Amino acid sequence: MARAVTNQRKAMNTFFAWALGLLIFFPILWTILTSFKTEAQAISDPPIFFFFDWTLENYKAVLERSDYAKFLWNSIFIAGGSTLLGIIIAVPAAWSMAFVPSKRTKDILLWMLSTKMLPAVGVLYPIYLICIELGVLDSRIALVFILMLINLPIIVWMLYTYFKEIPVDILEAARMDGASLRDEIIHVLTPMAIPGIASTVLLNVILAWNEAFWTLNLTAADAAPLTAFIASYSSPEGLFFAKLSAASTMAIAPILIMGWFSQKQLVRGLTFGAVK
Amino acid sequence: MGRFVLDKVSKSFGDAQVIPPLDLTIEDGEFTVFVGPSGCGKSTLLRLIAGLEDVTSGTVNIDGKEMTDVPPAKRGLSMVFQSYALYPHMSVRKNIAFPLRMAKMDKAEIKKRVEDAASVLNLTDYLDRRPGQLSGGQRQRVAIGRAIVREPSAFLFDEPLSNLDAALRVGMRLEISEMHKRLATTMIYVTHDQVEAMTMADKIVVLQAGVIEQVGSPLELYRSPRNTFVAGFIGSPKMNLLKGAEAEKHGATTIGIRPEHISISHESGMWEGVVGVSEHLGSDSFFHVQCDAFEHPLTVRATGEVELNYGAKIFLTPDLAHLHKFDADGLRL
Repeated sequence: MARAVTNQRKAMNTFFAWALGLLIFFPILWTILTSFKTEAQAISDPPIFFFFDWTLENYKAVLERSDYAKFLWNSIFIAGGSTLLGIIIAVPAAWSMAFVPSKRTKDILLWMLSTKMLPAVGVLYPIYLICIELGVLDSRIALVFILMLINLPIIVWMLYTYFKEIPVDILEAARMDGASLRDEIIHVLTPMAIPGIASTVLLNVILAWNEAFWTLNLTAADAAPLTAFIASYSSPEGLFFAKLSAASTMAIAPILIMGWFSQKQLVRGLTFGAVK
Repeated sequence: MGRFVLDKVSKSFGDAQVIPPLDLTIEDGEFTVFVGPSGCGKSTLLRLIAGLEDVTSGTVNIDGKEMTDVPPAKRGLSMVFQSYALYPHMSVRKNIAFPLRMAKMDKAEIKKRVEDAASVLNLTDYLDRRPGQLSGGQRQRVAIGRAIVREPSAFLFDEPLSNLDAALRVGMRLEISEMHKRLATTMIYVTHDQVEAMTMADKIVVLQAGVIEQVGSPLELYRSPRNTFVAGFIGSPKMNLLKGAEAEKHGATTIGIRPEHISISHESGMWEGVVGVSEHLGSDSFFHVQCDAFEHPLTVRATGEVELNYGAKIFLTPDLAHLHKFDADGLRL
């Protein structure tokens, strides 16, 4: 045996793993718990954990006051649309970088990633002005494009890593079998890369769903997604923690559930290429 | 049809010239084998013919048509890869049907052709499996099946047998030869194994460092190798290439004598030596003999089961009719 694993050690590791997991999850747990409290209990000192009067009042109030369905639809439209558009653009880009690399391919990949290092606020003015000029302020389509561009480097990079793992022989075999470039990408490359594309899609839906900077700054009433829905409960009504928590819970629930069911895919996708 | 004419074809990767300009003609229906040590450019040459690599200069002509800039999909050739390169997400049936689907053939005809190919290759029971569920030999058959359904003008094989175990390799070798006789289609086959080259080829092209050393039938290469490289490469075990005073006696820098062209005697002979390691195959026995006249031990073949003790003193006599002579540049005299 390479290393003795005693029961005691196992128990300790399990304990620390759970403790760390709970610590990371705690803010979300706290938000969810608070959403079921009354406003008074939400701010009580010392805080109350479980033994409060469970109530759905906050949800009722939030649903009465705002049009949750509209925010939800905007979030789905923006996150889904930007991811779909990004994938359509990134597949050919990643294909060419993975299979017909030039001397500059590595530099281009790094340069693309470097655009993520620029603080977003640095380009807020130009983009805001462009949106006004084009008359697309507070439009879902504009946000689809902007979020797509913001996440494109990550999409290309992830797909590139996946495509690199596909043996080039198989693509060459397709060429010998008479496949055009289009056939090769549609019938051979894409089906083989489905697991990779799936985790790229998942990650990007999450990133776009949670993106707050651009969605808050470029929307008002029509195109506002769930991030704006939460924000609308934070600023004007700072003290209503329970309602804010209810709004937050409703905003993160869909993505949390999706993440829960697809966690296997996500973990595989994020560690892919790291271990060979 | 499947006649190939390469005219001054060369290939460079960056500054490195892998294949200096070469000319080669492959006749229709011929089984041509490219053989050479690893890194000699044989696979690159095949890929230039396939169109998977672009030539740096020169032209590739197939059946009288200039094909230098035609993409692989439009050259009408089939290729079997070393890794088999099957589509892992498709069943065997879909793998074999893929080239026909790409050719937009109608469904009934595809079904018929796939089933015919499967029955020839004993794959009928496996048509609905995925490549991952097949053994190495079966995958090889699927790769061949995918190549034959389309009835190409030529088959290209890139070391197709090197991932198989020895017993399977001999069997597949026979099947490919059989297939060539039956289809009478041009086949170009790349291998580093000279036994495969000798047993399968109508014509062998020996390559070294991208240069064609010799082109000829297996027995032409065996009988009269053009230089010491071909002499050493073709034939198993290798030809003994000897230098020094003995070679000069024959007016050459190097003389070559194959293990099977040396006779052994206990009493007398041209060269005296001491028996080293023996290898017994039953049908043949090979002895490594250290002679006083040469620096390196000679390999000698005796037919059948012959016992010679380690360290025994014996005499060797070469069959002068089969003695090969080479000059200082290694060229045949």
